[in-house]
Amino acid sequence: MSNTESKKEYWRWTESRYTNPNINWEDGDIISAGVDVGSVSTQAVIMVDGEIYCYSSMRTGSNSPDSANNAMDWALDSTGLTIDKIKYTVGTGYGRVNVPFAKRAITEIACHARGANFIYGPEIRTVLDMGGQDCKAIRCDQRGKVTAFLMNDKCAAGTGRGMEVFADLLQVHINDVGKMSLQVEEEPEPVSSTCVVFAKSEAVGLLRKGWPKEKVLAAYCSAMAHRVVTLLARLGIEEKFAITGGIAKNIGVVKRIEDELKLKAPEPSIDPQLAGAIGAALFAKALVEKERKKA
Amino acid sequence: MVTAGIDCGSKNTKIVLLKDNRVLSTALVLSGFDQEESAEQALNSALEKAGIKREEIKHITATGAGMEAISFANDNVTNITCDGRGTFFLFPSARTIIDIGAEEGLVVKLDDKGKVKDFGINEKCAAGAGAFIEAMSRALEVEIEDMGELSLKSTKKIPMNAQCTIFAESEVVSLIHQKTSKEDIIHAVHDAIADRNTSMARQIGIEKEVALIGGVANNIGFVDSMNKNLGFELLVPKDNIAPEYVGALGAALRAQDKIGG
Amino acid sequence: MTKANYGYKDGSGEYFITIDTDLCNSCEKCVEACPAGVLEIAEDELDPLGDETIAIVSEEHRKKVKYSCAPCKPGGESKELPCVLICESKALKHSW
Repeated sequence: MSNTESKKEYWRWTESRYTNPNINWEDGDIISAGVDVGSVSTQAVIMVDGEIYCYSSMRTGSNSPDSANNAMDWALDSTGLTIDKIKYTVGTGYGRVNVPFAKRAITEIACHARGANFIYGPEIRTVLDMGGQDCKAIRCDQRGKVTAFLMNDKCAAGTGRGMEVFADLLQVHINDVGKMSLQVEEEPEPVSSTCVVFAKSEAVGLLRKGWPKEKVLAAYCSAMAHRVVTLLARLGIEEKFAITGGIAKNIGVVKRIEDELKLKAPEPSIDPQLAGAIGAALFAKALVEKERKKA
Repeated sequence: MVTAGIDCGSKNTKIVLLKDNRVLSTALVLSGFDQEESAEQALNSALEKAGIKREEIKHITATGAGMEAISFANDNVTNITCDGRGTFFLFPSARTIIDIGAEEGLVVKLDDKGKVKDFGINEKCAAGAGAFIEAMSRALEVEIEDMGELSLKSTKKIPMNAQCTIFAESEVVSLIHQKTSKEDIIHAVHDAIADRNTSMARQIGIEKEVALIGGVANNIGFVDSMNKNLGFELLVPKDNIAPEYVGALGAALRAQDKIGG
Repeated sequence: MTKANYGYKDGSGEYFITIDTDLCNSCEKCVEACPAGVLEIAEDELDPLGDETIAIVSEEHRKKVKYSCAPCKPGGESKELPCVLICESKALKHSW
């Protein structure tokens, strides 16, 4: 047993898997799957006739095909269901071309709109997705079809990676960042640098000035919220408005976005990080139905 | 008579002591959080190297991002002007200057009298500046001084998708896992940042000769990437003064101009 | 009116090329007009169940449109961009 403590990984969010106890896959007709391979996280969702049967959400490793396989294996774990019984798999996300068992790759923009429609209902018209290395603003119709989009995956500001960098810098666990950022009496000025690299130096300066961690986190969450709101504004916001992606779980950013927009985003009943994979699984089902019609 | 030019960069504070168009000494200190203190340190270091006293300096001109913080400077001049003055002094044939600092990239156009006629700034994004190369050197666990040489040993061109310093760090780690050689990665890093800066220069308009200044110009691998991207060789200060001091040199020359030197 | 916005916002500004996929008729003129190869024709990825093709900003350029398009914008001004001028349906716009 080593007597040196391994370096604390403040950025490591919780991985998860789930099986729906109310569904027996053997009774289902169309078993479809969606795998969303992001630069930071990978999700696999298996649906039976358009209902979620099982899923997994884990960190993407350094190898995309492995991540897809690992996520799928973990999702199917102890369900008795095997890959060969899945009629159609759609890959999406940054690593979508690297899902070896997928029949088709579909852009995450289309999948996220569909997924948000599933999670939040057909009243959703505007989706803000804040992923690991990107930020997407999507307008959709009542079927979850995209009518406009804007994706920013060039710059770390407003993405999960940016948040991870800050969590690490301040030595606060990423799951606690949101809550801590709200523990300020007065909302501080947001960090002035959009660029995460420069914002980091700015944060070090603030800590030296004696700012407590909560205040620095508040300043950063505030800057992040403002940044995504300006991106959304470019598309125009139509209600209902929903937030998906890993950062949807950060109440510090979510609350500040809601305050700035003067709109409330609905609480998800399903992990919002799954939106892409859910949409992909739904497309997979639709593609099976399309193939059947042709036959 | 002796003049001093202080260039208060976001990362480093540089100073040049000048006497009758001749460089007496130079010094460089990390800017840190107290710009004025760093400037004092740099000044004292330069004075010691030159073997002269503070009172002998007749005029101090400050330039750079933090110039307003230097209370002991006699005046401030923008780094666009100082870059122009310093570069033209070293290379009278220069008509375009590319200055890449720690946190920003600058393109300056000169007329044939050395006067600034146009400029462009590429700032607020670390990917276009020295901070990018520095972050990559850390991700690769390579000393920044070795980046240039290693890059020249590269045998393969590999694409770099990330256009952001933070994402590039992850991409580099990924490439290392895929067993890509460090030399090839560093080459890609230099090509990427060279591409960003030459695009900005092309927007302003490139007129030969083109000079490259700023600390990043010490990196021979980066200079090679720039030369290949432009299709010709850039003028890089080498013998008389190092490239990171050109702004401060320009400031010292302006100080000299001011007091009729 | 289905708008695809390609590009990004970073510390230095906002740079987006917007293509209205309903107006685009896939004529390819903008692809030929662009000196930097920024545009290409591809399947409409927003309509995965359909079969239409439209103009898109190639993946290679989406994250650096500011730099890729810089040579067509001398002095930072966006006048008479070849891609915008040549589009008959007026489907293409630059935000900067």
